[in-house]
Amino acid sequence: MSFYAVFWREMVTLKRTFFKFFASRLVSPLLYLIAFGWGLGRGIKMDGGNYMEYVVPGIIALSAMSTSFNAVGTSLNISRLYNKTLEEYLIAPVTTQAFVLGKALSGVARGLIASLIILGLAFIFGAHLILNGWFFLVIILTCFLFSTLGIIAAMTINSHEDMGNFNTFIILPMSFLCGTFFSPNQLPDTVAFFIEILPLTHASLCLREIARNGNILPISLGVLVVYTLALYAGAVLVMQRVRD
Amino acid sequence: MVIQINKLTKKYGDLTAVDNLDLHIQKKEVFALLGPNGAGKTTTIRMLTMLTIPTGGKALINAQDVTSNKVKKEIGVVPQHMNLDLELTAWENLELHGRLHRMPRDKLKARINELLTFVEINSRAFELVSNFSGGMKRRLMIARALMHYPSILFLDEPTTGLDPQTRRKIWDLIRRLNATGLTVLLTTHYIEEAQILCHRVGIMDKGRLIALGTPQELMKKVGEVVVEFFGGTGTSYKFFASRQQALEYVSHFRGDFLIREVSLEDVFVEITGRKVGD
Repeated sequence: MSFYAVFWREMVTLKRTFFKFFASRLVSPLLYLIAFGWGLGRGIKMDGGNYMEYVVPGIIALSAMSTSFNAVGTSLNISRLYNKTLEEYLIAPVTTQAFVLGKALSGVARGLIASLIILGLAFIFGAHLILNGWFFLVIILTCFLFSTLGIIAAMTINSHEDMGNFNTFIILPMSFLCGTFFSPNQLPDTVAFFIEILPLTHASLCLREIARNGNILPISLGVLVVYTLALYAGAVLVMQRVRD
Repeated sequence: MVIQINKLTKKYGDLTAVDNLDLHIQKKEVFALLGPNGAGKTTTIRMLTMLTIPTGGKALINAQDVTSNKVKKEIGVVPQHMNLDLELTAWENLELHGRLHRMPRDKLKARINELLTFVEINSRAFELVSNFSGGMKRRLMIARALMHYPSILFLDEPTTGLDPQTRRKIWDLIRRLNATGLTVLLTTHYIEEAQILCHRVGIMDKGRLIALGTPQELMKKVGEVVVEFFGGTGTSYKFFASRQQALEYVSHFRGDFLIREVSLEDVFVEITGRKVGD
């Protein structure tokens, strides 16, 4: 149960800064919904439905990714390089598996809250979405895998500036290209092939299919599960190598 | 024997930070590793607490290899740098430590209260640590290291950067902890700290242990009295077995000099040819 101690610490700080977190998570999706839902998307039909209902699952996937990655990655990178608070965990009898699990679950918690905020906004904006257990399972997997990616980045990148660069070169392109605002099929074949390998694409596709028809896409779910397991294993491995 | 260190070595490329260190520390002992910056003191503590992996040699704590997870329950660590969680209160910092060590919930609250009282921070238990002074933070770090009832406490430069009054408060804490049976291994480059607090001292320089003994034993090795001669080329030192011998020696000397008792600093200067702070 030592993962819970790691998770508990994150929840204490989340509780303390909840209103700031809530407000900051409100801004981007609100702007996306206004710009792509009301503005550019007004009158656009995507796959026979209105654009707002097309874009909301993508925005949820994107927000789950960025919230969980940044919440875990940025704070862990600061903890390792600047505050040195990571040492408190390294000298404690906590396994690396438990540490990674606790951190990743904290990313899931934040990502879920961010996703719920978007769902709330989407309903206010008049979107009609089917929500079921699969929908939330996909959000949880997305948050978990990007939290563990955040751990890998935080443990291998040696400056806060380079963490920003990782965001610019990896996270930001995924935000726009992975089926968030338009279908990757509209891209040239080679680009589309590359985009379809990425996890955010499958998160967007899965959430969109569930929101529209209530059905899960088994292959996309499988891809997300494989990414989750692989990145969890990768995060455990880099944590085990943190000692100099 | 609480801590047994045999041929412990740490290399970073061509640099040998700790070189074949052999050291045994007894139960209930307060032991200081003394030396200048870069002597290998912190690297030694980091190896003993498994924050750094040794290149060679072995270290046992309570007869168990330091790589064993069981050792983590036996040791409390106060690092040189401030590493409290600034986003948490004093209470939460201690609670996090207790939870990481899987302390039962009913014991956790009582232990936190006991330690916050011990380090005199109980009146500010629910304040964010970021508002604390340097001395309060250091005392809280000691309290945190004690949360899980360790039998050995590692203190890396416990009073560096603190004012003299706070330094004495920390010394008092260390004495009181040792009186309860705790073994203490500390590093310092403050001679006075080692001389006042410690049963034995090991002097390190360039990764090697170059002298070992009680402060009195080490001082006796160089003499009882030292004469400092102040000349145009700098200060030179000469050691004597008694004040009488020193007085006889300087009776024909024309120039400025000072006669005083030998300190640990003199031992260091005599052995290494330079001062601790150099």
